[in-house]
Amino acid sequence: MGGRDLFGYVGIEAVLDQMRRKTMKAGFEFNIMVVGQSGLGKSTLVNTLFKSKVSRKSCTPSYEEKISRTVHLKSVSHIIEEKGVKMRLTVIDTPGFGDQINNENCWDPIVKYINEQYEKYLTEELHITRKRRIPDTRVHCCVYFLPATGHRLRPIDVEFMKRLGKIVSIVPVIAKADTLTMDERLDFKQRIRQDLQASGIRVYPQKEYDEDVEDRIRNDKIRENIPFAVVGTDKEHQVNGNKVLGRKTKWGIIEVENVAHCEFANLRDLLVRSHLQDLKDVTHYIHYETYRVRRLNESNASVSGLSALPLENGITEKYEAQSQL
Amino acid sequence: GMDAIMLQEKLVERLLCARGRTMRQKVDKQYVGFATLPNQVHRKSVKKGFDFTLMVAGESGLGKSTLVNSLFLTDLYKDRKLLNAEERISQTVEITKHTVDIEEKGVKLKLTIVDTPGFGDAVNNNECWKPITDYIDQQFEQYFRDESGLNRKNILDNRVHCCLYFIPPFGHGLRPVDVEFMKALHERVNIIALIAKADCLTPNETKKLKDRVRDEIERFGIKVYQFPECDSDEDEEFKQMDKELKECTPFAVIGSNTVVEARGQRVRGRLYPWGIVEVENQSHCDFVKLRNMLIRSHMHDLKDVTCDVHYENYRAHCIQQMTSKLAQDNRMDSSIPILPLPTPDAETERLIKMKDEELKRMQEMLEKMQQQMHEKDQ
Repeated sequence: MGGRDLFGYVGIEAVLDQMRRKTMKAGFEFNIMVVGQSGLGKSTLVNTLFKSKVSRKSCTPSYEEKISRTVHLKSVSHIIEEKGVKMRLTVIDTPGFGDQINNENCWDPIVKYINEQYEKYLTEELHITRKRRIPDTRVHCCVYFLPATGHRLRPIDVEFMKRLGKIVSIVPVIAKADTLTMDERLDFKQRIRQDLQASGIRVYPQKEYDEDVEDRIRNDKIRENIPFAVVGTDKEHQVNGNKVLGRKTKWGIIEVENVAHCEFANLRDLLVRSHLQDLKDVTHYIHYETYRVRRLNESNASVSGLSALPLENGITEKYEAQSQL
Repeated sequence: GMDAIMLQEKLVERLLCARGRTMRQKVDKQYVGFATLPNQVHRKSVKKGFDFTLMVAGESGLGKSTLVNSLFLTDLYKDRKLLNAEERISQTVEITKHTVDIEEKGVKLKLTIVDTPGFGDAVNNNECWKPITDYIDQQFEQYFRDESGLNRKNILDNRVHCCLYFIPPFGHGLRPVDVEFMKALHERVNIIALIAKADCLTPNETKKLKDRVRDEIERFGIKVYQFPECDSDEDEEFKQMDKELKECTPFAVIGSNTVVEARGQRVRGRLYPWGIVEVENQSHCDFVKLRNMLIRSHMHDLKDVTCDVHYENYRAHCIQQMTSKLAQDNRMDSSIPILPLPTPDAETERLIKMKDEELKRMQEMLEKMQQQMHEKDQ
């Protein structure tokens, strides 16, 4: 029955072209959150990743490099275009995280924000007349910046990633890695991976979401190398007659896009060139669905009714399901 | 070049002179001969040896151990094990001590390094400096007791002479924990602030960060250790060098436990794919300046300031507290004094009595005022 050869050419593959054209016309959204203490180069890295001044630091005229007393989230959106493809990039910054003397629960505002975006989307989805394209403000990727201590994960790193690994795709990176020699970097990464495993933290790409063998092989390679050790800059220098992005010191120039120097290119490939759509898919089909199921089970059972408050992390709402869904 | 070496040697001389002017006597017909005193002191010191207690503080992973090893050419931490992430969650701030005897050209130094593992590493670091201030106070208290005791021949001096505080290069200046730590300690110990792991900064970034830190230290009223002024009769070159050293603070340092080959020589350094950082290259970092200031020229002054200023502050404060507590105890008819007091001389006793009466008067006045206010409200 199956596997019959088709006589003649049907033209199915042309559908791919149609999809492509539609996507290009519509453009797409990508929301990336950056988390880490003040001064770890978050804004610079994001600018370098997307080769544009997209960070809040570059766009806000009154930006002050000061440690804020509370954690609050700020987002900045830009439309960037490449080869006819338009992307609406939103960068969500988290100033104040980890900067205080007492950082207990400094992750709560972040958890709240992420859940609020899921809630927004869910509310739209449940409307009787729905928009054709629901605006997507959900966080597709959370880049977590680790300082290059060379030792291990710190308690605040474990606490943050434990909680957030359950609701968003975390990509940990070693920031300002130009203070680590190659050996130190390898040892550091290994210890971090050990700590992640020992604490039960799942970072992106999670093993359980590999779709097939091909995925698994590709993602295993990534999993063996994370967290990526990155260096960021927006300055260019001349090296061997070429203009390169780099940091110039008295002992040499650190070339950001040179894989022998740092893993910025690997990170860029992961986030932008190869796994961008996958990050969105994991967010939509896994993290969002988890939220949705939990939410629907906890709210009133009727089709249109939903409690007004978005879910706090792990805390069940007081609304009990009155009837079985 | 050669000048630098001569100037270095001058700095070494200062190691052997107490704070203040060195005695200079012109050789003339009435030569008595006590100009040899510095040499006598020198000889005695060489026989006896020196001791120095250095504290290092700062978050985990800022290269403290590596820097200490580099400064004193030792390997103090080879048996250290790093706690894993789970263990660190329940870690508290500890004080650890390592002692090492160093001998160079017949001069012996007993060096004690006081380490503060766990400082600033937790999620909640409220008052994480308290174990450290307690430790410093305990050493003062112990010295105070010993000094007041009967057998003073072999007093052990465990007082902390200097605290190197490591500021991360990752931030934009001082963080809240840096400010609070330094303010808690600046009246107990000589603080020298350092910018750690300075090899992740470009020259421009280093300058900006130093300016910012210096500015914030002043703004927050933090009293870091001040290198003493040059004697006015030093030559211009020395004064210039001294000025440059002072303007270079906070020192941006890099340490290394390994020897690498650079420019045809074997040097302490760090090997990167993009180049080699040489710890002792003054255009790479301020390690040499720190070493010179700390060891070669100001070790003695650091001890003097500890004894003459920080310890004296502690002692005066202590005596005041004891006085007021005694006054309280007297009123309450309790007996035991807190510390074995040195028998005060008549003058001190009179002063204490005066203070006591003053306190009593003030107390009575307060009570009267409170009563009046109370009556008013009725």
